[in-house]
Parts: sequence; C-alpha cells; structure tokens
Amino acid sequence: MSDSKLIDQLKLGATFRGPWTLLKKELLRFWRVAFQTVAAPVITALLYLLIFSHVLESHVQVYDGVPYTAFLIPGLIMMSVLQNAFANSSSSLIQSKVMGNIVFILLTPLTHMQFFLAFLIAAIIRGLVVGLCIYLVAMWFIDLSVANPWLIIAFALLGSALLGTFGIIAGIWADRFDQMAAFQNFIIMPLSFLSGVFYSIHSLPPFWQKVSQLNPFFYMIDGFRYGFFGKGDVSPMVSLAIVGVSFLLLALITLKMLKSGYKLRT
Amino acid sequence: MSQPAIKISGVHKYFGALHALKGIDLVIEPGEFFALLGPNGAGKSTLINILAGLITPSSGTISVMGFDVGSQYQQARQLLGVVPQELVFDPFFNVREMLRFQAGYFGRGRENDAWVDEILEGLGLADKAHTNMRRLSGGMKRRALIAQALAHKPPVIVLDEPTAGVDVELRQMLWEFIKKLNRDGHTIILTTHYLEEAETLCSRVGMMKQGKIVALDSTSNLLNKFSGKHLRLTLGDVTLPTSIESLVRHIENGIYTFALIDMAQIEFVLSVLRTANVKVLDMQLNEADLEDVFLSLVGSSSLSNASSGRLS
Repeated sequence: MSDSKLIDQLKLGATFRGPWTLLKKELLRFWRVAFQTVAAPVITALLYLLIFSHVLESHVQVYDGVPYTAFLIPGLIMMSVLQNAFANSSSSLIQSKVMGNIVFILLTPLTHMQFFLAFLIAAIIRGLVVGLCIYLVAMWFIDLSVANPWLIIAFALLGSALLGTFGIIAGIWADRFDQMAAFQNFIIMPLSFLSGVFYSIHSLPPFWQKVSQLNPFFYMIDGFRYGFFGKGDVSPMVSLAIVGVSFLLLALITLKMLKSGYKLRT
Repeated sequence: MSQPAIKISGVHKYFGALHALKGIDLVIEPGEFFALLGPNGAGKSTLINILAGLITPSSGTISVMGFDVGSQYQQARQLLGVVPQELVFDPFFNVREMLRFQAGYFGRGRENDAWVDEILEGLGLADKAHTNMRRLSGGMKRRALIAQALAHKPPVIVLDEPTAGVDVELRQMLWEFIKKLNRDGHTIILTTHYLEEAETLCSRVGMMKQGKIVALDSTSNLLNKFSGKHLRLTLGDVTLPTSIESLVRHIENGIYTFALIDMAQIEFVLSVLRTANVKVLDMQLNEADLEDVFLSLVGSSSLSNASSGRLS
C-alpha cells in the first residue's frame, strides 16, 4: 500500500483512536493508583464530614430545616470533585514533563484539540468518580434530598471541566514539582476552603461576603448545593453562567497554549 | 515520482543570540541508511528535533515524504518514528501496554499487534512484554524506547544516538534489527558518536560542525577523498624531532600515531627518527577510517576522545 493511501486510511482511524488511546491511558494512569487517587480523597472528605458534623451539628443553623451535616455533604463532594479534577490533569502533565515521557505524545499526530479533550475528559471522570464515592458513603450517614438532579449534574460536569482545564494550564506552566505544589497550596486550597463548603456566606460580615463573591469556587459549590436543597446564597442560573463562562475562557487559553506549544515545544 | 524521505531546505535556528543551525540543506532518499555525525553542540539533535516537530525552525522548511513537518504535521508524523536521545519511560505501564498506546496515538489498533510482536521479538523484548517499564534494566529501557518509536511502523526512522552507553551485545543486536528494517525498505537516519558504526552501517554520511553541514557524501567517497595511512610506532619516552611533529595525530603510552598521506611519508618519518637516534620498538600500519575524515573536517577539538573511538 502506498504511503499516501495508508495515511488517507489512517486519517479517520487516527481522528478517533488517537485521542481515545490518550484518554484510555490517562484513565488507566489514575486507576492503577486508585488507592492514592480515589480512596485517599474519599477518606479525607469523610474525615472532614465526621469531625465538622460532630463538632458543629448542634451549633450551626445554615438553612431553615436543613441539618448542618446535610448542608456539609454537597460542599465536601464538590470540593473533592474540583480538587481531584485539578490534580488529575496537573499531576499527569508535570510528571510526564519531569520524567520526559511527554515526548511520546508530542511525537504523535494528535492535534492540540485532541490532546486537550483527552486530558479534560480524564480529569472530569476522576473528579466524578471521587465525588460519587463520597456521595455513596455519605448516604450511610444521612438521607440527602435531591431537589434538581440536572443542576447537580451540570455543576459537577462544568466544575470538574473548569478545574481539569486549570490543571492542564498549571501542568504546562510548571517546570518543577514545587511550582505545582505552590499552585495547589496557594491557589486551589484557599479558594476551595474559602468558598462556602463549611458555611453559608450569609453568615459572613458584608465585606467578606463581597470577597467570597469574587471566588469562582463559591459559585460551583453554591450551585451544586442548590441542586440538593433548592436553595442557595445566589441564583443557580447566575452561578451556572459564571462557571460556564469561566470554563470557556480557560479552555480558550489552554487551547491557545497547546496550539502554540507553550513550554512543550521550543 | 517518489518524494525524498526527508527534504531539509535552508533551515536556520536561533536560540536567543545563539545561531544553532546556519542554513541546513539536505535530501535523504527513501531506503537510505544515512548517518549524521558531529561533535556535541554541532546541531544534530536540534535538527532531529525540528524534524520531529519538537522545535520550530526560525526559517526554512523540512518535509517527510513530501509532507511539511509544520503545516502538514499529522501526515509527516505518521511517516516518522523518532527514537529520543534521553532514556525516558512511563512508569505506570508495562512494555506491551506502552507499545499499544504508542501505536494507538497513531490510529493503529489490534490489527497492529502482529507488528508489535515482531518488534518485541526483534529487539529481544518478548519475555519482558508484561514487565513494568520501571523494572527494566537500562539496556532493556533503551530497547523499549526504540520499540516505541517503531510501534506505528513508520517508513522513516530516526535514531538519535541510540547506542550511547549501550553494551556491545545490545549494540550488535540492535544494528542487526535496524539493518533488517532497512532491507525491508525503511529509511534510517542515525546520529552517532561511534564512527565505526556509521562506517559499517551507513551508505551515506553527513558531517556537521557548528550548525553547518561540512561534508556530505557516500561513505566510500568520503573515505577515498581522505585516503591515507596511520603509522603507529612504539617509541617509548622520547622527544620527537620537530620536522615530524606536525604529522602526529595521537600519543598514548609511548605509542605515536602518525597520519600520513602516502607510502613515501613512511620512509621520511623513519629516516628522521633514525637520524635523531630514536629507536623504533614496534611498528603498525593501518588504513584511514571515517574517524580521520571526521577529524580533518571537524578539527582537533575532539581529538583526545576520538582516539578512543568515541567522539564527544
């Protein structure tokens, strides 16, 4: 078979099989170490749940008729979804860069869009798997109502997509593990802890309420929680729009970085 | 009409103020076994990385079988298999998984498994197929790296110093496999520090120095052009007469190697030594090899290392 005929035949196959292979590799990568990538964050979230619900259950009233433990669970689920979506794409990329094996992907005909989609979907799946595990375990402790499942799904998908994309940016930008740790400790952790996971922002002084409204994590957690209780600190549609626009913005930046080969190709 | 396997036209590359490649023009025909030689910093790896799409040239074009590596990178990369110089691996997977992934990125599925088996067999990796990459020895990792570049059965194969730090047994096995691929029609481009490898394996040689190609010809033509003899004299600890000092190529443990143009110079050297009362303890005469060609073109900076058969 001549080379040009072979290429024509492969074009269609490569369009789907190439990115599918990369996605499969990314999924297997975290699944092989599921103890660290799934079990550990589930345990961490459950420890938060046990400690905070035990200490604060009788002291804090957030929404009328909603026990504090019930209020806490969606926030913890979403926080874990976001943190793990970020961790998946960022750690995969920084490891590949430091180990040098990113070259195996850079030498292939995969386009920047296919590269992006494979890493993005893997990050979403890791986030959702962790979130689902926490939800299933938390169900043992408390019966959680669901007011609007579509909102829950929409915020889980968009939130993990947003953080998965942010993880790709961090993974491309960082050259060393300590730079990545700085990203985790100085951006992801403060934004997720100060987003209303453990409290309603209405319990904060007006100034800190305003500051919280600048935190994109707040909208993801508030919107996700709205799906369970039918109430929140802001309208879920406003949150959905903010999260959606933020995702599109970061996705465009990521695609531009990947297309130009920023920090990946010289 | 068939396209050249590789066509490089007017390629320049600047890294800041450093002019790493200074206008490279090179055509490699399908089926060739081509060697790219040069000391460290000559620009070989930069050129290979531009070919692989890892570095963008400042100007000029490179195509693989007629497909531009920039604007038609998907087609160009389908046709190209590059073995990176660094010994890199993915610690999460075993050898067979890595090969399947690598083939998969290029659109190949299970139908490619027979070829993967052939590579594993050819490179002596068959019994390591289910071993995690992390657990392989250095030599085995090098084989796996080569196997990964071949996983999608590319017609053009580039090996960037594949035998650096590799033991003799693996080198020979590797070359047997690469020679078979070349016989089967694959174009092979090789950069190496081992000149005897290039001399034995490659039909054509390009030599680079400071970002330029300083020689480009068939191996036999280059050897003829720079034909000459090596006279190795064991003299012990002596002071050489100045008239023959310029002919000395290398001195080690009292053994003096003279690079001579013809037989007449042998008599000249010996007569000068006789006159100076220097006793010849042993004598050996060798034909010139690619190393002499290399040294006369690339200069004496690599002399000390070259004498041990390896340039750095």
